[in-house]
Amino acid sequence: MTTVAAKPTTTKPATMAQALNRAMRDAMAEDPTVHVMGEDVGALGGVFRITDGLAKEFGEDRCTDTPLAEAGILGAAVGMAMYGLRPVVEMQFDAFAYPAFEQLISHVAKMRNRTRGAMPLPITIRVPYGGGIGGVEHHSDSSEAYYVATPGLTVVTPATVEDAYGLLRASIASDDPVVFLEPKRLYWSKADWSPEAPAAVPGIGEALVRRTGTSATLITYGPSLPVCMEAAEAAREEGWDLEVVDLRSLVPFDEETVVASVRRTGRAVVVHESGGFGGPGAEIAARVTERCFHHLEAPVLRVTGFDIPYPPPMLEKHHLPGVDRILDTVARLQWEN
Amino acid sequence: MTVQELPGAGASHRSTPPPAWRPRTDAAPLLPDPEPYRVLGTPAADRLDPELMRRCYAELVRGRRYNAQATALTRQGRLAVYPSTVGQEACEIAAAMVLEEQDWLFPSYRDTLAAVARGLDPVEALTLLRGDWHTGYDPRERRIAPLSTPLATQLPHAVGLAHAARLRGDDVVALAMVGDGGTSEGDFHEAMNFAAVWQAPVVFLVQNNGFAISVPLAKQTAAPTLAHKAVGYGMPGRLVDGNDIAAMHEVLSEAVRRARAGGGPTMIEAVTYRIEAHTNADDATRYRGDAEVEAWKAHDPIQLLERELTARGLLDEAGIQAAKDAAEEMAAALRDGMNAEPVLDPMDLFENVYAQQTGRLREQAAMLRAELDAAEQDAAEEEDPS
Repeated sequence: MTTVAAKPTTTKPATMAQALNRAMRDAMAEDPTVHVMGEDVGALGGVFRITDGLAKEFGEDRCTDTPLAEAGILGAAVGMAMYGLRPVVEMQFDAFAYPAFEQLISHVAKMRNRTRGAMPLPITIRVPYGGGIGGVEHHSDSSEAYYVATPGLTVVTPATVEDAYGLLRASIASDDPVVFLEPKRLYWSKADWSPEAPAAVPGIGEALVRRTGTSATLITYGPSLPVCMEAAEAAREEGWDLEVVDLRSLVPFDEETVVASVRRTGRAVVVHESGGFGGPGAEIAARVTERCFHHLEAPVLRVTGFDIPYPPPMLEKHHLPGVDRILDTVARLQWEN
Repeated sequence: MTVQELPGAGASHRSTPPPAWRPRTDAAPLLPDPEPYRVLGTPAADRLDPELMRRCYAELVRGRRYNAQATALTRQGRLAVYPSTVGQEACEIAAAMVLEEQDWLFPSYRDTLAAVARGLDPVEALTLLRGDWHTGYDPRERRIAPLSTPLATQLPHAVGLAHAARLRGDDVVALAMVGDGGTSEGDFHEAMNFAAVWQAPVVFLVQNNGFAISVPLAKQTAAPTLAHKAVGYGMPGRLVDGNDIAAMHEVLSEAVRRARAGGGPTMIEAVTYRIEAHTNADDATRYRGDAEVEAWKAHDPIQLLERELTARGLLDEAGIQAAKDAAEEMAAALRDGMNAEPVLDPMDLFENVYAQQTGRLREQAAMLRAELDAAEQDAAEEEDPS
């Protein structure tokens, strides 16, 4: 499912927001069945400006401001996909997607299965997620555990500018419904990138080793990737050479890349923002333990958000996994009986 | 304290509405009739199309027989459950009859009869209720969406599909069916609102059969009628006698024509009654009396049409018998189809979850395959211990 062309010849700084915008523009230009829809996606360009200019370029029929109703937005997208369109739906903020959960779980995730493959639903559901931007209540949830627990959904989350473009193109091209989790605190992160010749990126279901190391593996995704990279740099002072694996795709889960890394390093820490109990890290830790038991020098540990409702913005720094908490956890991998 | 007596009410400094304010639309033409619209037994019946009404009659008789057969199959354990539409056949049949081939039907779990009347094989229509698969037909091929169990959730699908068809320049109307209970769901509201804002070619048919399982309409809504709800969305609401197939056909046809011509959505409340219980799991005597049921039985959709047509000399004994015979033929075929044991492959469990099976599902499929092989081997050894 690798999407795109060769390495760029010239690059310039681009943000993740720009790459996402570009991905939709390119997909819409190439395929007239791609339709963007949601609240505020038209004239305003989305509250984060991710759909900026699409309505102007492709018309309001292709980039549609809908009534403010998430179940209606996703439900209408189901009908549009039934008729052969490829809707790309924006759910403004993580916690605003909850009214659409019945549509998501009862219809979007199951339509291919209940119709024995006769009616796949190629819908991309863009959900800006996670904290760290000082948002008030209901604007910073990490809801990925709900999505990954629902069979039939593909769940991906980019952590880099290249992946924002490549994974969104792959999601729109996918014949399955994809929950596309956008780490909103990385929207303004920059990289040297060429929208004219975007780098070829691996497709959905492939994890990447972002940093090689020998002492332990940090397994992470989305907004926690830069934190883990920073922690890995800082850990060098402590004598730890950390490998960092970016999952990129939670479903399907690239077990092979993760398992290969942990077998090399013998130690693993899973890092994510969402709560630990029943979170994706619990599943990953279980799988790693099953497949790497004889290679492990220590139990698989997790650094996650606390098991609390997302805190008010003035306290969120205590909740979000930071470099220190990761380093403290890595130190605990020096297991002694 | 009345509104007039509230402090500040009527004060001279009260401001006029701001300049931008205006009513979005004139409500009066959208309002439903004060009484359910009827044709049979009224002077309007003079203009009935005899050929169409004879077809309606045959379909009603077939529909009643279908209901009886499916209910019997439930008692025999062939169906896990069957939500009967006895008494509501006119709504189901008319909904199917007014659609063109390219149009789409969005049924709820109770609307198998509408799907069958649209031409779906009765056995294929019942796979959900038999339990051998969720949807036993290709929705695109039949232009019938999967029977929806979650209430009202199929309504926004109908809106999206109709909207998409219009964007593509196709002449397609979507007809979506929901019950009185379903009108309380959020998806009903969101679908109605989207349809009206988008002027989507959709017809919403609400079958008000009196009860949402056991809860009567009075506990479901405080609206004057369900049809009145349409006005709040900016679309016409029609109130129709759901047991009068001539009225149902006329009002639905008009709504479909209007949608097709670009006039936007219509919501129709068909006032009808569920003669049988919600399903075989329900005890209707707990929440309603015999007298009420008997009164509605006297307003039977088949009898209403039969009386009208025989009085006008448009239907005779031979015609009635022919309809009965055709219905018996359908019932026999349905019995045969349902008595054949469905052939199920457990490995199908892992098909069609994703376009490409995930590694996780491949592992689980292998586990089940091994279990099945072991069971087969055990069975073989039991048969031939040597």
